Amino acid sequence: MESERVGSRLPIKGFREGLLITIGAGRWDQACETLLQQIDEKEDFFKGAKIAIDVGEREVRAAELGELRDCLSERGVTLFAVLGKSAMTQAVSESLGLSTEQQVLKQDRSGIGIALAGGESAILVRKTVRSGISVKYPGHVIVDGDINPGGEVQAGGSVYVWGKIRGTVEAGIDGSKDAEICALEIVSLNMRIANIGNADQSFLNKLRKTPKRVYLDKSELIITDWRQVRNS
Amino acid sequence: MTAKISTITSGKGGVGKTTTTANLAVSLADMGQKVVCIDSDIGLRNLDVVLGLENRIVYDLVDVVEERCRIRQAMIKDKHFNELYLIPAAQTRDKNAVSPSDMVRVCDELRDDFDWVLIDSPAGIERGFRNAVAPADEVLVITNPDVSAIRDADRIIGIIEAEQKGPANLIINRLNPQMVKRGEMLDADDVIELLAVNLLGIIPEDEQVIISTNIGKPVVLEPRSRAGQVFRNIARRMMGDDVPLMDLDYKDDFFHKISRAFGGGGN
Repeated sequence: MESERVGSRLPIKGFREGLLITIGAGRWDQACETLLQQIDEKEDFFKGAKIAIDVGEREVRAAELGELRDCLSERGVTLFAVLGKSAMTQAVSESLGLSTEQQVLKQDRSGIGIALAGGESAILVRKTVRSGISVKYPGHVIVDGDINPGGEVQAGGSVYVWGKIRGTVEAGIDGSKDAEICALEIVSLNMRIANIGNADQSFLNKLRKTPKRVYLDKSELIITDWRQVRNS
Repeated sequence: MTAKISTITSGKGGVGKTTTTANLAVSLADMGQKVVCIDSDIGLRNLDVVLGLENRIVYDLVDVVEERCRIRQAMIKDKHFNELYLIPAAQTRDKNAVSPSDMVRVCDELRDDFDWVLIDSPAGIERGFRNAVAPADEVLVITNPDVSAIRDADRIIGIIEAEQKGPANLIINRLNPQMVKRGEMLDADDVIELLAVNLLGIIPEDEQVIISTNIGKPVVLEPRSRAGQVFRNIARRMMGDDVPLMDLDYKDDFFHKISRAFGGGGN
């Protein structure tokens, strides 16, 4: 998955079925205007694209959604799904013939899916995060694969990697000091939690070739054996 | 006949894309396949030199795209094989002279008449690379066992996966077994573990490759070359044959020395 975020632009992620655009907080009409402007700037890229929008907890009215769908259609872009937590938004989407979160995630076989449990959201990335690929998500990120040099994962919550971390990992990007980074092996120092890192090489030498957990304790990164944590 | 279109790419320059394209093309032609190579490195053409065909160029790929000639007029027949052709790149234009849809159109035109279309990609991830990958049925990624080439190969593999052209196949070029043995070079297992793709072959460092390139005679035409043997094996794997990987640590192996003396050997 590749994403781009420029200033106040809306984040766009690719997945198997098309493009996923996250519409965050703020006025609906302004968000739509930003989205349409982004599409107009890259007309060739978006022409013929299928997009899903993630509206989060926002309640979107049928008229608003219908108008956006029409504006997109005029630009050769198809709105096929609306992902949202609001029951009203889901009902409105279904009434307009648009897919909702559960339906889209069932179809998605790209290796990227979004899970919601206990009020916390997580994204599952079932592939190697290769050089040049950036995964950004406001909740937790789970990677079933490696994070290679030049690859990047940024999470508002924690990052769990069932593989090796050789690239860049940032947890708690919104300042959450409870976030943690866990992996079967960590061979890169390029890790930060709540924007706090550790450049000391000996930091890595402590637990070579064993599953590791990195967390914050009084503004200091602590590295420990992941297995001990799990067994305790 | 429906050609399979294979793009040979790498990300980093100088890792051996053009040499690999030329040698795989000759190997496939030697196996009776009808092959056409396209040099898509517009402005920096080299494949004609490696194949020893530089003096026979009349028209090039840009002439075909801009309809100054028919595709057959731009195809140069190889000196050794009747069913091997080259469509050279233009040297005086840039990558923007050709678009991805142009490449798809050219390759579609070739599909019915050939078994293989091999596209030699330029380095980088910009327009030239996009042109080379657009028509591909499969992508062969070449890397050297060094960290910068591997980083670039990883980037390329990610793009190929994102464009659903994957999974990519990997060829590791210029591996020096003695350096690996001394711990001075990454071994093939390290490279495969990081890139996590299918390995098509490991080409050992072989000075005969440079000698052959300089005289415009691909190394596969040298029966005693170790690298040439590996290229032939990779071509067989491309054809679907099950050919085991050769143990490259042959210099200490008496039987390999004997085998080489008689022009044989695996990999």
